[in-house]
Amino acid sequence: VIIKVLLIAAAISFGILILRERPSSSQQALLRMAGVGVVVLGVIAVLWPDTTVWAAELVGVKRGTDLVLYIFVMTFLFTTLAAFQRMHRLESQLTELAREVALRDRHEQT
Amino acid sequence: MSPDAAGLDDTWVVVPAYNEAATISAVVSDLRGAFSNVLCVDDGSTDQTAELASAAGAVVVRHPVNLGQGAALQTGFDYVLRFTKAQHCVTFDADGQHLTSDALRMALRARDTGIDVVLASRFLGTTTDMPRLRRLVLRGALLFSQWYDGLRVTDTHNGLRVLNRHALESIRLTLPRMAYASELQSAINRRGLSYVEEPVSVIYTDYSRGKGQSNINAVNIVLDLAARRMRAAQ
Repeated sequence: VIIKVLLIAAAISFGILILRERPSSSQQALLRMAGVGVVVLGVIAVLWPDTTVWAAELVGVKRGTDLVLYIFVMTFLFTTLAAFQRMHRLESQLTELAREVALRDRHEQT
Repeated sequence: MSPDAAGLDDTWVVVPAYNEAATISAVVSDLRGAFSNVLCVDDGSTDQTAELASAAGAVVVRHPVNLGQGAALQTGFDYVLRFTKAQHCVTFDADGQHLTSDALRMALRARDTGIDVVLASRFLGTTTDMPRLRRLVLRGALLFSQWYDGLRVTDTHNGLRVLNRHALESIRLTLPRMAYASELQSAINRRGLSYVEEPVSVIYTDYSRGKGQSNINAVNIVLDLAARRMRAAQ
């Protein structure tokens, strides 16, 4: 039950983030902290494999591997989103830049 | 007709072109027969498009990289606004699917009536050899855009248009690929610009069929627009 709440919350926040053009700095900080958290948890899970089972049972998932999979999927979604937003921003910057170059080139010729 | 016979020297024709070496010369020199000002926006072509357009009598600006037709049009609009005092701007496809006589008639209509935007419609006019699937896709696009843009027009993705300076100042195209056509129409609706449709002919040749938009690209257009609407909604 707990995992359902967590997964749905993650999915909804993903949906909200997708609507935002520019991620705020606090959002970015949260994402980074989450990234660090994933690394730490990963190390713990490797050193003490049984902890994933314990954590899974804590949030209402039967198997530790399932929990790891859920976290993996969500992390992947958020990472993709961040990359997409950055690409989109770069694209519009590139457009402005190329346009300016095109117009200036012409202006200097005449 | 000589270029200034119609008194359209305050009109600029913007021709966005990407690798159109096969048709650009004929398109530009044909246009130059009726209009004294033709601007070709070369969208990062890798062939001789820019040189040929220039030789045929067009002013040429070149994108250093390929940015898409919407971006090329916006560059043309920026050029017209920044470097000319033109009162009207005609947009015209480089693949030879439009008729200069249609463009001329629309430009004169825009000038004489003072309407902000004159849009071309192939469904009001005669169109040769339109593939059946293309007709279906365009019908679908029409229904979508009437719902999306709130504009009552009969042809949504026709590259031939006349905009006056006021319209150019009110519109800023930012969408990639072909979704800019809907973006433009949304802007017309939102800014309360006056518009009218003019029946025109569109010539479907093997060349334009090969070069033009594939029908499946309609999916991209709809998704681009959906993404924009979601971003705008917040």
